[in-house]
Amino acid sequence: MSRQSRARLSGALNIFGPFIGLLLVIALFALIPEVQGRFLRAANFKSVATQSVIVALGALGMTLVIIGGGIDLSAASNIALASVITAYAINAGAAPLVAILLGVLTGGLVGLANGGLVTRLRLVPFIVTMGMMGIARGAGKWIAGNQKIDAPMTWVNELMAKSPQPPWLLLAPGIWIVILLAVAMAVLLKYTVFGRHIFAVGSNEATARLCGIRTDRIKILIYTISGLFCGLSGVMEFSRLTVGDPTVAVGLELDIIAAVVIGGGSLNGGEGSILGTMVGVLIMSFLRNGCTMMGWPNYIQEIIIGAIIIVAVALDRLRHKRD
Amino acid sequence: MSGASSSSPVLRMAGVSKSFGATRALDDVSFELARGEVHALIGENGAGKSTMMKVLSGAIAPDAGRMEIDGRPYAPSGPGDGLRRGVSMIYQELTLAPHLTVEANIMLGREVHAAGWLDRKAMMRKVREVLALVRHPEISPDVPVGRLSVGAKQLVEIARALLNKSHILVMDEPTSSLSQEDSQRLFEIIRGLRDQDVSIIYISHFLEEVQRVAGSYTVLRDGRSVGSGTMAGTALEDLIQLMVGQKFTQLFPQVPHTVGETVMSVDRLKGTRMAAPVTLSLAKGEILGIAGLVGSGRTEMLRALFGLDEVEGGTIVVSGSDLAGRRPWTRIGRGLGLLSEDRQGEGLALALSVADNMTLSDLAPYRRRGLLSLAGQRRAAGELIGKLKIKAKGPGQKAGDLSGGNQQKVALARLLHQKASVLLLDEPTRGIDVVSKSQIYEWIGGLASEGKSILFVSSYLPELLGICDRIAVFHRGALVESRPASGWDAAGLMAAATVGRMSREKPMEQRNAE
Repeated sequence: MSRQSRARLSGALNIFGPFIGLLLVIALFALIPEVQGRFLRAANFKSVATQSVIVALGALGMTLVIIGGGIDLSAASNIALASVITAYAINAGAAPLVAILLGVLTGGLVGLANGGLVTRLRLVPFIVTMGMMGIARGAGKWIAGNQKIDAPMTWVNELMAKSPQPPWLLLAPGIWIVILLAVAMAVLLKYTVFGRHIFAVGSNEATARLCGIRTDRIKILIYTISGLFCGLSGVMEFSRLTVGDPTVAVGLELDIIAAVVIGGGSLNGGEGSILGTMVGVLIMSFLRNGCTMMGWPNYIQEIIIGAIIIVAVALDRLRHKRD
Repeated sequence: MSGASSSSPVLRMAGVSKSFGATRALDDVSFELARGEVHALIGENGAGKSTMMKVLSGAIAPDAGRMEIDGRPYAPSGPGDGLRRGVSMIYQELTLAPHLTVEANIMLGREVHAAGWLDRKAMMRKVREVLALVRHPEISPDVPVGRLSVGAKQLVEIARALLNKSHILVMDEPTSSLSQEDSQRLFEIIRGLRDQDVSIIYISHFLEEVQRVAGSYTVLRDGRSVGSGTMAGTALEDLIQLMVGQKFTQLFPQVPHTVGETVMSVDRLKGTRMAAPVTLSLAKGEILGIAGLVGSGRTEMLRALFGLDEVEGGTIVVSGSDLAGRRPWTRIGRGLGLLSEDRQGEGLALALSVADNMTLSDLAPYRRRGLLSLAGQRRAAGELIGKLKIKAKGPGQKAGDLSGGNQQKVALARLLHQKASVLLLDEPTRGIDVVSKSQIYEWIGGLASEGKSILFVSSYLPELLGICDRIAVFHRGALVESRPASGWDAAGLMAAATVGRMSREKPMEQRNAE
């Protein structure tokens, strides 16, 4: 009986662990008198949420990739490329919706290429996506003529507006999109055959194959979905900046991966959750926000976030050892 | 299904052959499985049983031969195909996804769903049913499999195969990690399945177990089917004779050597991964063979002797000092040398050169003011290449480019180079050609005549009988018997390894009481 309740406790810790981390971060800044007043305001939380959209979208796809035992280093370059494509399309006179679709599909194509190369050439995902990181970034610069692409204002730019139109939306449309997609992905992972097969491939690929699962197809789908999310994230990046910038989001793939890992994802595959990832994204955003309010320089933020990643994963390890 | 006459076999394999490189794993094997029978497939390690079952499951494709299920041709393109035709496997090495729950593992690849949406209720019901069938309804379907004990994992694996309602069920060493009680339950399940007309291929090294559950048998030896028949009226000794065959021992060059005083005495040594403490001694100039089945604890003992696994208790006294608490580098300094059974994974750094591999464990002679004397290293490697007749382009060639036999010689050369005086050899001739084997036997004999001591672990009985002074046998983690080599024959060794009796006259109850 006590063993059972202990198992239940550790199960609860698994789910709530990242939440506790998030509450700690919020509590930390809420207790510092200098920033307390500004930090704890609804407007600030709203802006943190808006700032989280780009990483969050990338992290939704990355969660599937990491659960499936892979990694996608091309995510940030893919985001930049999609932002360029979206701007290019609007500039060329395409309807905003068409431009958005083009941006998202570009991301999907890059993901499809990743998945195809990983499965057909039997290369490790690290290498394939690292190569793709350069290819996507270079392609973006090429298409943009090595500069930013200015585009006329359209409703696309409203997606990331801090005060949304109409006002009853309360939050930027981008945030609602993230919430909807997060729920959809969580449901996909838990309640569909595809979701279960993602876990199986990441947990033990040989077993999955023995059980008759078409592992290659699963992997291609995973990378394609991750690419689509990066494409959408690129659209949001364009919406925020109002330009298509091929040099944006350099190094952001590491933030994305860190969010997944802080949220309980294991780089060995088989573990991770959408809820955890979203909390991971928020932990990083609140840290950045709080540090900025404190007036701490950027390098301090970098050190703190680096340390947080290591501590989070070390705690995760400890928790697993106890099981 | 009821239309087929009961005399026509469920499964027919004819002329099946499969080679891996130069090794013929299966050589023109034919096999028939009747409806509702438990058919034992037996043979020594490497006889081809696993390969044959992989061909049957569709995991590998045969080079030649054909198969039929219920009289219809069967040529599976993969394991999924095999499952659809009603062939299920319970593998010896566990094939579960540790992060997935018991339910998810059992249902993996056969999820109940509507347009991709899982029907968890229906799956739970099925899982509870099969868990009740293996008489372990207390295993919770919601627990991740990684948290279960090995025995419980094995039961989950069995439950998964039962769920498939397959009419051909292959069990590869299903009891290797089950308790006596769970094994008994499994036998009951097997009988129940048999009565429901399921045909079972049962692979096990434990011959008494095989005699109890199987109605008929087929023996494989060196990739060929050497005999089959009904179990009733077949004595244990007959099966053993078929397994070992009439193997000759002339292949083994005799190098005269004399056995001196004790060099290493091991007293109640217990490593973290050993099932039971082991006591043995090794003399100067002695070749001590260690027989036993794969997984019987031989490798674990060598690892503890060499310090790769921690020692929980006991002593390892080598020339007067106890090494039990020491790290591998200290033990190397005291003359111990280990040849790993896993040549590719552990024994060699395949991407490094022959010279690097040979000298890795002792680079001290080539150190010149902190730098490595590459010329000296190459020279030493060149000498060893000549001495061991290694076929390599030179010391600079990558170890991974050599053939298996030559790779093994490189690994052995490292022990020579580090001037080991107590050599722990784990399956030194596994998977290599006959000529290299013979050279390695001669080399081992030569070392003994130089006064070095050799612990020689092997699953290949003829070579143990051919070159050892003394042979000890492992059974289920314990050293059961040790005798001079002249006091053994292949059948006796096989009996000790598979049955674990101290001598063949003792009653069975002794083993069960363990």
